[in-house]
Amino acid sequence: MFKRKGKSAMGASRVSVMTMNTIVLVGVLLCAIPFVYMISASFRREGDLYKLPVTVYPREWTMHNFHTLFEKTEYVRWYGNTIFTASIRTVLGVYLAALAGAAFAKYDFRFKRFFFFLVLATLTLPFHMLLIPLFLLMRDFGWVDNYLAIIVPGMVNVFNIFLMRQYIESVPDELMDAARIDGASEIGMFHRIILPLVRPALGVVGILTFVWTWNDFLWPLVVLHDDAKYLLSNGIATMDGPYEVETGAIMAGSFLATLPIIIVFLLMQRQIIAGLTQGAIRG
Amino acid sequence: MSAHTLSSANKPQPFSLADWWSRNQRKVIPYIFLAPFLLSFVIFTVYPAGVSLFLSFQRTRGFQQAEQGGGVVLEYKGWANYERLLTKDKRFREAMINGAEFWLGTLLVQMPLALAVALALNSPNIRFRILGRLAFFAPYITSAVVVGWIFRFVYDQNFGWMNSALAQLGIEGPAWIRDANLVMPSLIILGLWTWVGFNSLFFLAGLQNVPDDLKEAARIDGASTVRVFWHITIPFLRPVFVFVVVTGGIGSFSLFSQPYLLLDFPNTGPFDSGLFPLMYLYDMGFLNIRMGYASAIGYILTVVILIITGMQLLLFRLWKV
Repeated sequence: MFKRKGKSAMGASRVSVMTMNTIVLVGVLLCAIPFVYMISASFRREGDLYKLPVTVYPREWTMHNFHTLFEKTEYVRWYGNTIFTASIRTVLGVYLAALAGAAFAKYDFRFKRFFFFLVLATLTLPFHMLLIPLFLLMRDFGWVDNYLAIIVPGMVNVFNIFLMRQYIESVPDELMDAARIDGASEIGMFHRIILPLVRPALGVVGILTFVWTWNDFLWPLVVLHDDAKYLLSNGIATMDGPYEVETGAIMAGSFLATLPIIIVFLLMQRQIIAGLTQGAIRG
Repeated sequence: MSAHTLSSANKPQPFSLADWWSRNQRKVIPYIFLAPFLLSFVIFTVYPAGVSLFLSFQRTRGFQQAEQGGGVVLEYKGWANYERLLTKDKRFREAMINGAEFWLGTLLVQMPLALAVALALNSPNIRFRILGRLAFFAPYITSAVVVGWIFRFVYDQNFGWMNSALAQLGIEGPAWIRDANLVMPSLIILGLWTWVGFNSLFFLAGLQNVPDDLKEAARIDGASTVRVFWHITIPFLRPVFVFVVVTGGIGSFSLFSQPYLLLDFPNTGPFDSGLFPLMYLYDMGFLNIRMGYASAIGYILTVVILIITGMQLLLFRLWKV
């Protein structure tokens, strides 16, 4: 998506090229600084952090904060909890969104428009207005402090359905009709034709779901009370409380929690950005 | 019924489910595909919305004994919760005003900046494209909890990087999140950091959708760069504007994690200067166990968000004409 458009020779004076490059570079720097702070603080002792003048690099590099993190808090456990729940929710979420997307993209049925209206309506509703009743529902289900509360209620995500529908529309109808003549079942076609053809989309929706689950804070805060059950976001948010750890350890925990997300993004940036922005451009 | 069916009735065949399925699966399958969505919609949206509506007319009167289940004892209060929220509750008003202020910040600062960055990225001869894409997207995919923590330290009056940077310029830095007048600007700056790059990627995708030949033709007809921008580029960006503005509005009023961490909830900044509606809802519902009152907050908040979204969509529809 960063392909060069237009003719570079045309009208692009030296000054304007410089200005544009400067804007981008300043933007990059501003985006990077808080991350630099986080990483730098992870490798400092508290005294180094709260000493004037403030320095960008640690005066003395130390792994002390990571030891604190692993020994004084349940960090490793939170990490495992988060990988576990986010993975399950991602796999189920992608599959169910693809199912609904296929129904909207490839079939005609009664109430199709109405059902799609429901999807769009849910898309504009803030999920959090239902915080109280959803919590009460989880309590009635006995799902408080249970990962079912994290996985199930948000599993069918309407934004994902919306994205999957757009991708699945590009699957040729002729291909499906030919398969029908050959006696393929509808479910078989979903697994053997639709899913393989939209594999890149599955990746995008999967990564987005994974990142959202990984980063979500309010809902886990409401349904998980036992600190051994915490996800990373709850754990990191409460580190100053019961664990009384220092700034450096909080930043070290933040750093390790951010790392996998950034790496995944680095590997798939083109697809992720294209997937996200596609819906917005088409309106 | 065709003749074929009649003739086969002579030799009665047992009803075969497999047979029926192979004939009708194409009609039935979309409902099966949609079943998880519909089930989830009913259980996790419609039903809770109903419960919430019921609760919003109740008041917590007390708690059951533990042996009776320890539940909340409710009492019907009519419109009392709504009345109180809309007329008397100063904290709620403050929270809604803060949401509106953040929203204005989003519209007036974040949007134009994002568009400017997108235009810069879209201009020819730009270096650091890959680096730019990573740098602009990274804040968005970073957990709001992490962002909140980082900025709490960055805004520290004595040792934070914000004030150290200002000191380099010879400016004595303020107290940021401990100053009632600066809490909102602090949050807006945090918001800029999180979303400007992200939104600029949307604008960029939109910009790359503008047909070059159209701009070319306008230029040949003698249109200035500014006119081409206003009359061709901006109208083409309309869907992106709709998306960015609408999601920005919803996001501003449902901000939670960032102020929660930045201000160390249950602190909400001096004079509630960093109190947002969802924080107040959480405070009332879970810390004060006033589920009815919190439900009413949820409903008012939803109605406000829907009105704002509706207004924005209406404005964009007018623009189209």
